[in-house]
Amino acid sequence: MNALEITNIKVNYHKQTVLKNVSFNVPEGSLTGIVGPNGAGKSTLIKAVLELIPKRSGTVKVYDQALRQQKHLIGYVPQRSEVDWDFPTNARDVVLMGRYRKIGFFKRAKKRDIEIADQCLDKVGMLDFATRQISQLSGGQQQRVFLARALAQDASIYFMDEPFSGVDAATEKAIIHLMKEWKSEGKTVLVVHHDLQTVEEYFDRVLLLNKEPIQYGETQTVFTMDNLERTYGGKISFLERATVLT
Amino acid sequence: MSDYFSIFLSSANFRWVITGSLLLGFACGLIGTFVLLKKQSLISDAMAHAALPGVGIGFLFFNEKNLPVLLLGATLTSLLGTYLIQVIIKHSKLDTDAAIGVIISVFFGVGIVLLTFIQQHATGNHAGLKEFIFGQAASLVNRDVQLITVSAIVLVLITMVCFKEFKIAIFDPHFAKGLGIPVSLLNGVLMLLIVGIVVIGIQMVGVVLIAALLITPPLSARYWTDELPIMAGLSGVLGALSGAIGTWFSATIPNLPTGPMIVLVISAIFLISLLFGSKHGIVMKVVQTS
Repeated sequence: MNALEITNIKVNYHKQTVLKNVSFNVPEGSLTGIVGPNGAGKSTLIKAVLELIPKRSGTVKVYDQALRQQKHLIGYVPQRSEVDWDFPTNARDVVLMGRYRKIGFFKRAKKRDIEIADQCLDKVGMLDFATRQISQLSGGQQQRVFLARALAQDASIYFMDEPFSGVDAATEKAIIHLMKEWKSEGKTVLVVHHDLQTVEEYFDRVLLLNKEPIQYGETQTVFTMDNLERTYGGKISFLERATVLT
Repeated sequence: MSDYFSIFLSSANFRWVITGSLLLGFACGLIGTFVLLKKQSLISDAMAHAALPGVGIGFLFFNEKNLPVLLLGATLTSLLGTYLIQVIIKHSKLDTDAAIGVIISVFFGVGIVLLTFIQQHATGNHAGLKEFIFGQAASLVNRDVQLITVSAIVLVLITMVCFKEFKIAIFDPHFAKGLGIPVSLLNGVLMLLIVGIVVIGIQMVGVVLIAALLITPPLSARYWTDELPIMAGLSGVLGALSGAIGTWFSATIPNLPTGPMIVLVISAIFLISLLFGSKHGIVMKVVQTS
C-alpha cells in the first residue's frame, strides 16, 4: 500500500524552474533517503509536497486522499537553521507545538498535553532540559527537541530535513533509533540526507534527485555508482566514490 | 506649577487621560512583543508615519476635527503605505529597508505638507491637528479617551486569543503551516493589530514616536526573562508605566508634547534593563563570567 503518491511536481522560484517532473510513490512503512548535490531541490521538494511553498503544478495524495484532508497524518522536522533559537521559549514549549493541532486552535494546552510533551522529551533523552531556554542547548540537543516535537505530533508519515547535519554521535543514534521504531510501527519516513556514506546503512529506499528525479527505488538497486554519477554530474568526490564502492 | 498640578490631578478629564495612556501603553507593549519577535520593528515605524497624511485627508473631507473620521483616514493611508512597501519589495530591486525608508519619507512628507496647508487655508477649527506629529495627551477630550480605551481593550483581547498561534507562526512558520495553522491569516491579523494600535495611539503619542512605544517595552522585557508569556506581560506593564508617567509629565507641564516624554521614560527603563536585567543584563553577564 502506498502512503504517498506524488505526481508531476514542478516548482518555480523567481521564474526559474528549480524542480520538475517529480513523480514517485512511497510504500507504507518504508525509510526513504532523498539524496542529491547541493541545490538539487531536496528541501524544496519536501516543502512543496507539504504545501509549505507554492508549486507550479503537481498533486500529492496521502493514503489516497488529498493532503489537505490528511494533514493530521503528517509529521515534519524542519532544518534546525530555519528557526530563531533566541526566541524566548523553552524545550517543553517547543515540543508542545507538536500538539497544537490536537489542543485545538485558540485553546490552551492541558495537563495531559504537557505530560505527553515530557514523555516525548524523555524518549530522546532530553527530559532534564525541559525548562531550558532553547538557545542554551547544543546543536544536537536542539535537533532532539525537534525530534521530540515530531513524536508529539503522533503522525503516520514523517518528513525530516537534514536531521543529521551538525549533530553529535548521541543525537545521530537517537535519530536512527527513532526511524527504526517508526518503521516497526508501520510509519513511513522520508529524510533529506547528504552523507552518501551512510545511505545504505540508514535507508531501505532512495530517491536520487537533481532538479528532477534520477532514480527512485530500493537502495540495493538504485544506489549504484552509475546512478550517482548521473545525479552528481561527475562532481562526486574521490573520497565519496571510494566509500560508496566499498 | 503646583497649582497647575493639583488642578489636573483633581480633574476627571485628567484621570481619564491617565487611564487611557495606561491601557494604550499596555496594548502597545503586548502587541509590540510579537512585532519585535517577527522582526517588523521598522515596518511598524513606517505604518505609523504613513498614518499622518490620512489625518490631513480625514480633516479636509469634513472640514472639522472629528476624531473617528481622522482615525479612519489614518488607518487607510497606513494600510496603503504597508501595501506599497510589499509592492516595492516584490517588483523592484530595492531591499526591505530601502522600501521602508522610501515609504516613511514620502508619506511623512505628504502628511506635513497637508497639515501645513490646512493650518494656513482651512476655515474650520483645525486646532490640535499638529499634535498628531508628536502627540499631546492634554488635547484629548473624554470622548477621545473613551474611544482609545475601548479600542485598546479590544486589541489586547484579540492578541490574547491568538497568543499561542502567533507564537508558533513567528517561531516556526513552516512547521505551523504543516499543522494547518493559517499562518498568512495570522500575519494579516498582526498587521491589522499594529495599524489599530498605531492609529488609536497617534493623538496621544504622535506618529513619529509611537513605534518606540511598540518596540522598546518588549526589548526591555527580554532582558528579564526567557519565557514568552512573562515577556509579553512584562512588556505590557512597562509600556503602561511609561505611557502613564510620560503622559503625567506632559500634562502637568504646559506645551510639553507627550510622545517625547513617553519615549524618555521607556528609554530610561530600557537602559536599566540593559544594565541590570536579571537574564541578559550586562551586569548579570559580568557577574556570571567572573
